[in-house]
Formats: sequence, C-alpha cells, structure tokens
Amino acid sequence: MTPPAPGSGSAAGARPGRSAVETADAVRAGRLTAAAVLEEHLAAIEARESELHAFNLVLADRARAEAAAVDESVAAGRDPGRLAGVTVALKDNLCTRGVETTCSSRILEGWKPPYDATVVTRLRQEGAVVVGKTNLDEFAMGSSTENSAFGPTRNPHDPTRVPGGSSGGSAAAVAAGFAGLALGSDTGGSIRQPAALCGVVGLKPTYGLVSRYGLIAFASSLDQIGPFAGTVADAALLLEVIAGHDAMDSTSLDAPAPSLLEGLDGGVEGLRIGVVSELMDGVEPAAAAAVEAAAHALSAAGAKVDRVSVPAAVYGLSAYYLIAPAEASSNLARYDGVRYGLRSEGPGGSADVAAMFAATRAAGFGDEVKRRIMLGTYALSAGYYDAYYGQAQRVRTLIIRDFDAAYRSFDILLSPTTPGPAFELDAKTSDPMAMYLSDVCTIPTNLAGHPAVTVPWWPEGSGLPLGIQVLAPALGEAVMLRAAAALEAAAP
Amino acid sequence: MTADTPGWETVVGLEVHCELRTATKLFCGCPNRFGQEPNTQICPVCTGQPGSLPVLNRMAVEMAMRIGLALHCRIEPSIFHRKNYFYPDMPKDYQVSQYDQPINIDGWLELPSGGRIGIERAHLEEDTGKITHVGGAGRIHDASHSLIDYNRAGVPLVEIVSRPDIRSAAQARDYVAELRSILVATGASDGKMEEGSLRVDANVSVRPRGSTEFGTRAEIKNVNSLRSLVRAIEYEAARQIGVLSDGGRVTLETRHWDEAGGRTTSGRTKEQSEDYRYFPEPDLVPVAPDAAWLGRVEAAMPVLPAARRSRLAQATGAPGEDIAVLVETGLDELVLAAVAAGADARTAVNRATNEVAGALETGTPPPPATFARLVKMETEGALTATQAKTVLADMLRDGGEPEELARQRGFEALASDALADAVSAVIEANPAEWERFKAGEAKVAGFFVGQVMKATRGNADGGAVTAELRRRAGI
Repeated sequence: MTPPAPGSGSAAGARPGRSAVETADAVRAGRLTAAAVLEEHLAAIEARESELHAFNLVLADRARAEAAAVDESVAAGRDPGRLAGVTVALKDNLCTRGVETTCSSRILEGWKPPYDATVVTRLRQEGAVVVGKTNLDEFAMGSSTENSAFGPTRNPHDPTRVPGGSSGGSAAAVAAGFAGLALGSDTGGSIRQPAALCGVVGLKPTYGLVSRYGLIAFASSLDQIGPFAGTVADAALLLEVIAGHDAMDSTSLDAPAPSLLEGLDGGVEGLRIGVVSELMDGVEPAAAAAVEAAAHALSAAGAKVDRVSVPAAVYGLSAYYLIAPAEASSNLARYDGVRYGLRSEGPGGSADVAAMFAATRAAGFGDEVKRRIMLGTYALSAGYYDAYYGQAQRVRTLIIRDFDAAYRSFDILLSPTTPGPAFELDAKTSDPMAMYLSDVCTIPTNLAGHPAVTVPWWPEGSGLPLGIQVLAPALGEAVMLRAAAALEAAAP
Repeated sequence: MTADTPGWETVVGLEVHCELRTATKLFCGCPNRFGQEPNTQICPVCTGQPGSLPVLNRMAVEMAMRIGLALHCRIEPSIFHRKNYFYPDMPKDYQVSQYDQPINIDGWLELPSGGRIGIERAHLEEDTGKITHVGGAGRIHDASHSLIDYNRAGVPLVEIVSRPDIRSAAQARDYVAELRSILVATGASDGKMEEGSLRVDANVSVRPRGSTEFGTRAEIKNVNSLRSLVRAIEYEAARQIGVLSDGGRVTLETRHWDEAGGRTTSGRTKEQSEDYRYFPEPDLVPVAPDAAWLGRVEAAMPVLPAARRSRLAQATGAPGEDIAVLVETGLDELVLAAVAAGADARTAVNRATNEVAGALETGTPPPPATFARLVKMETEGALTATQAKTVLADMLRDGGEPEELARQRGFEALASDALADAVSAVIEANPAEWERFKAGEAKVAGFFVGQVMKATRGNADGGAVTAELRRRAGI
C-alpha cells in the first residue's frame, strides 16, 4: 500500500515531509540513518521549543545513543524493528525507567520510576527513539495544558492559543515536527481533543487494547494510551506496536494485537456511517459544518451516510465528572509524602503524620487536581455513593446500550471532535465548566470503552484546524481507521 | 465481677485474619516470606509506585476456595473493592479488599466439643506494611520517628468472619483452635499466631440472659495468642457487665488489649470512624471460578481435622484429649502409620502426644516406619519406657535408627533371665511385702517395681516386672 502523504495545510510547516511509515522503511533499508532523522527533529526543537514548551524534558543525549544503536543494528544486518529510527515523544505520565516522570505536578518532584511502562518497552523493542517527555495538564486533568505546574504549552499553529489537553505537549510535538510520533493518554478526550486543535491524527483505542501498566492513573476505568501521528497510517502503525495483551494489566484484553495497516486503503464503499445528532448540537457552526462536509465526502466515496441518535450521550459529561474524579480521588491518594516525590512538613514542621500528608498534598497539587479530588471524595462518601457514583455508573450502562443500538444499524459513527477550534490561553481557566465542555464530544466514547480517532480537517480560509471524530464499536479499530484514511484523503 | 456473672450472657463474634502461605504476594510476584531484611521483598506494585497495576494471584484464590470449602461456605463469583483511608503502612493509601461480593459466604465450623459456629464470610484482601515507632514508648504519639517495612504489604489474607454465635471465652478459644487446625490442614496457613500469620479481633457484647437482642459491642484488637483471647474476652465481658449494672451504656468502639496490664483500653469510637469510600477496584476484573476449577480444588481437598479425629479415635481408642493434640499438631498421620506397621496403639499415642508433640518446635518427627520400630522395641521389652523416651529424644534431635541409638546409649533391656533373677532377689529380701502382694494388696507392686529398678539401675521394664510379679503370685 501507499501511505497517504503527511498532513498538509499546516501553518506550522516544520514537520519533516516524511511519514513515520516512510522513515521506518528507509531506516530499515539503510537509505536513511536514525541519527539523521533525530537531528532533524532536534533542530526543530531547537528552533521552536522555547516558544511552544511542548516538553518537560528533552532527552537529546539518550536519544542520540538510541539512534546510534538503531543504525548499528542496520549496519550489522539486523532488523531494528517496525519503528526503526522513528522518533517518539512520550506524555510525561508514562513511566520511563530512571528518567523523571512528573505528570506536570510538583508532587512527583524528583521521582524516577524504577521501571518502564509496557508501551515504552514495546517502542524500544521496535527500534523507536524516545526524544522526550511532553507537557500535560497536571495528572491529565484538563483540556488546555494550562494546568501544568511547569507552565502551559502553546499551539504550534497559533502560539497565542492552547494546544488542547491534557496531552497538549504530545499533540504540539507532532504538529511542530519535534517528533515523528507521540503517545498520550485519553480519559475523556485527552488525545483526541488536543490532536484536533493541533491538526494531527489522535486515536483512543478500545479500553483494554493497550496495556496501562506504567501509565500513571487518572481514572482507571477510562484511561487508555494511544497514538498521535501526522497521518492515519502512522497512527495505525504505532497502535499495532503498542497494542496486545499484557500480563501486567488485568484489564488488558486477551486478544492479539490487531493488524491495522493492511487494508487501510480499502475505502468506505458500502460502509454505513451515522452522524451522531446529539454530538452535533451545541457545537460551533464551523465544527458542525466540517462534519457535514466530511459526511458528504464519505458519501461521495461510496458510504451510506445518515443521522443517528445516541440519546444517553448527552449525559456523558455529567456521568464523567462523577466517575473520573471518584477514581482519581483514590488513585491520587498515594501521593502522601511517605515513599517518593514531594514531602512537605508545612510551616513550623508537622506535628504528626496526618499533618505531613495534608501539608504535602496542599503544596504538591494544583487547584484543578484538588478540585477533582474533592469532587470525587464527595461522590464516594457514605450516603452519597448511590446518588452520585452509583447513578453515574447506571448512566454509563445506558450510554453503552445506546451506542450498541446505534451500531446495529451503522458500522461507524461520525461527530465533531471538539465544539470549536483552539481557544486563546486563559480564555477558560477561570470557568471550569466552560473548560469541561471542551470534551463533550469525546467523553461518551471513554464511558463506553469504545475506540475513536480524530482526523484533521482544515476549514477553507481558516488558519486553525478542526477534527472529525470517527467512532467505532469495541475492537472496531480496523474499520474505523479505514474510514479515517478515506477522510484524510478527502480532507480539504 | 466475672464474665460468668449469673444473669448475663456473653456474645462473641470473631474476625480472624489468616495470611495465606502462597509463594508470592496477592497482586505481584514478590516472595511472600516472613522475617526477611526490611524492604527487600518489594517491587513497584506492592510499594504503590505510580503507574503500577495489580494482577491477582491465582494460588491465593485457590487457597481462599479451599478455606471456603473447609468451612462449608458457598463459593460465589466475587469482586474486589478499594477501602480508602490514609495510613503510612498502606502504599496506595487504599486497601484492596472484598466488600459486598466476597468469594466465600454462609458456612459453619463444627467445634470438637460439638455445636456449630456460623461463618458469615471468608474474603480475600491484601495485608499492609508494618510500622515500628522509634523512641517514646514505641507508641505513635511520643515516637521520634517511625520505620516502615513494606515486605508484608500485599501479602494475601483471608478474613474469616464468624457470626455472633460464640457464648464464652472458652468457646472462642475452641473456635480459634479448631479454625487454626482447619487452616493448617488446608495448607492455606502456617497457623502461627506469634508471627502474626493468624490475627484475631473479637467483637464482644453482653446481654441479660434470656434476651434475644444483641448488646452494643466493642471490637477488641491486638489479641496475639489463645491465652490472650480468653483473658481479653473475659475482661471485656466483665467490664461491660459492670458498666451496664451501674446503669451506664456500652460504647460502640474499638478497644485495644493490653497484655501486660490485663485489660482493654478505649481506641477510636466507631461513631467517629472513617468513611472508607468503598468502590469497585477498577484495576481488577471479577473472580468467577468456573465449575472445572472448583472441581479440581474440591478433589484436592485434604482430610479435615474433624474427620481425622474420628479416624484416629477409631484406630487407637485413645482419649479425646490426646486425639485433639495429635490432630492439631498433625501427628495423627504418624500414629496411624505406626499402628498400621504393627506398633501398639496406646504406646504410639503416648509417645507421639508427649515426646514427639513436645519437641515439634526443635526437632523433626521420625519417619512413621522408624517410629513404629521404636514403639515395638518398647512394647516388646527391648527398651524400658524411660529408655524408649531417651532414644526417641535422640531421634527427634538428630535423626537415626532406634536400634543403633539404643546400642550407642548402652540400653539393653534386661533379658528375661536377668529380670527373673532380680525379681527373686527382691522377693527374698522383702518377705513381708511379698505376703501382702500375694494377699491381693496391688499397690505393693509399685514397691517391688521400684526395688527392681534400683537393683538394675533402671534397666528393667516396669511393665515386665509387674507381669513377672503377677505370674509368680499366681494373680
């Protein structure tokens, strides 16, 4: 197959005109060295990182050593793997052995994981070169990467605007050509929303398809690791590498990694595609118009497109803001100053261990994290559990049921990825609800455990990208990516 | 005022935490070993490193199933919850435990003395680390600092919760003793209360005799032996009776057993206790043992103490107390095998109950066939009882064959000729006593046995002397 050309129309323009698929092919064939690939990316970082702040940590020296090892492998006649010489940026909530992993939080100050996340191990096994750790909203809680203890990341297409979040650093890194690929995590849209706002492909896999071992948990029942890429084919390649059963994660599906690149260019002839009515309501006209245009393009390519209703999807945001904070309140309890990271004794020293816990957490967590811990603690409290957490879980069941009903008539679904394009820094920081609404289109997928991918869509005459979200039923990645590839080819 | 004050009834329910004897911890591959250097049996999972995830140990589930079967429970599909509270010995600041859907429910335990105690549930959970407070009196309030050992964090536990069916301290002791035997028999536990692998909390309340309603209970913690359990329950019941008799009311609270002071002291009250914010653990999947798995576990179940007691009683006719000791110490197999090999049952039971059981801490029981030979040497007169005990002590300490050890010790029980000569000499020297013996004064036998022993420096067999005396007296 011929991989589609790298995404076009980017105002950033710094991304090397070579896809990850092409890079890996060229490096494996000895036509290109991993070292040369890396230096291109490091040059791009040198040029714009101080402006964009995509990274918490650039691992130039380590990356050079890894690239050299890949080139030595090729020279020795060995195959370095499917990602040979491809640079990858890692969201800084993915554990890297011996390398600081911060979650963009002060509370993890100085902590170096004693182990690699499973996805990191798999990247290394396939010859990828890890170029750095990317910025995020603290503990992945946010939609703009402004909730980072280390300062915000800016959108490569317009640095006065946010890149989205929480995986804003990863999205910006790929959009700015700082890395060929990136990994992020998606709990309520944290891959797809920033990918859409940065004009790259972002994919949240089926829950359980990719091991969460080594992903610092935000909300365990919703978190999934997924790829950022310049092209749909590159996203497919990266997902193939990181997917598949892992004995270290009990929620990892006992299924082999899917074959996704093969058949990617199969087209959408005869595919039944439903545009989700509930996710078209309340978005900006440009976002709705982009989806209409995308639907039209797919229809022209032979798909049968119609409107579909997923009624319970409108309750997604409410349910999410009970379930995710509830799980987070428990997941983030361990940051107590006892074993690792920040320890604060408070002014005048702590009288006892409870005072030390309180002082550490008060000093170490940012406002948004504290807000969600409080929300979640409340939602799980005796007497409130059933009305809040229990009710949210019932809504979740309804959402799954309504999606299942939709998928009886449609192969895939379509919606905007976000209500609108990237917003300006500080535009929503004082209004949490407005910020939360950025994820209204992406959250239902997480609650259902289904996969979804966003494909860049540049409206005519606009300098800012939007994203078209393609949704599929559980383990529907292959057909979802086939439709995404068709969209990519048809995009303006 | 005592617990058996007339007019009052003591009601006890017990929660027994049993550390499972798995090779590895409940959710990671770290060794489950007691007594190692602190913080050497740890990994990212059991120290709660960010990003780590639990994976359930199947063997722990299997042991929990064995416990459930032994306690006549229903084995149900179950899930894990998170019990959230902050404490430095808990690496994640939540404990993974089974809450409203435990693996074992609704069973019972039959006491050796008869009577059943209901079992409400027996569920799986993880243990915490261990805190040592340094400075002060070793208590948290005046300690200068605290040390935490996470070796125990994540060790699998089964918590066995009885119904409030126990009516006295003695019955509580019998329940725990029998439960311990059952747990050891299933291979799930080493039963060592002193090492903390079996920990007991007692819920104690009292009520006027005849009342059908339960009184307000106190939960007694820090009970580390059967003896403490009895003392703690007796103290607490008496305390509560005192409070109620004086017109007061019992507070629902946790109380701490003070072994040295012989009393319970107030801990936190349950009214102010923390809200644990239980919710289903999203990092684990439900445990639903299928019929095939359950079948395999059932087929591999060992013979349990109750059945072993009746089997041993049938084979030996020994008194109940000895039977209980032998089954509890696991020496019933040794005795059965020795009897099967031709040893005298009574003698085998005596040697096993006294000498072997007494040396279990320091020695290794001999193989059944070897033990059987020793017992036969004694019953056939080749060794006196005293000599047999000495040889057995050597065997327990160093191993070896009884014949060889007896030879090394110079124990050659008197040949019957030499015995006859010694008896004759003693009769001649004590004619008056001999007349009394012949006249039927049986207690004089002891005098003659003593004299013969003295003359032979203990090398005669008491039984054989008595037999010889009776033969000559024609009785």
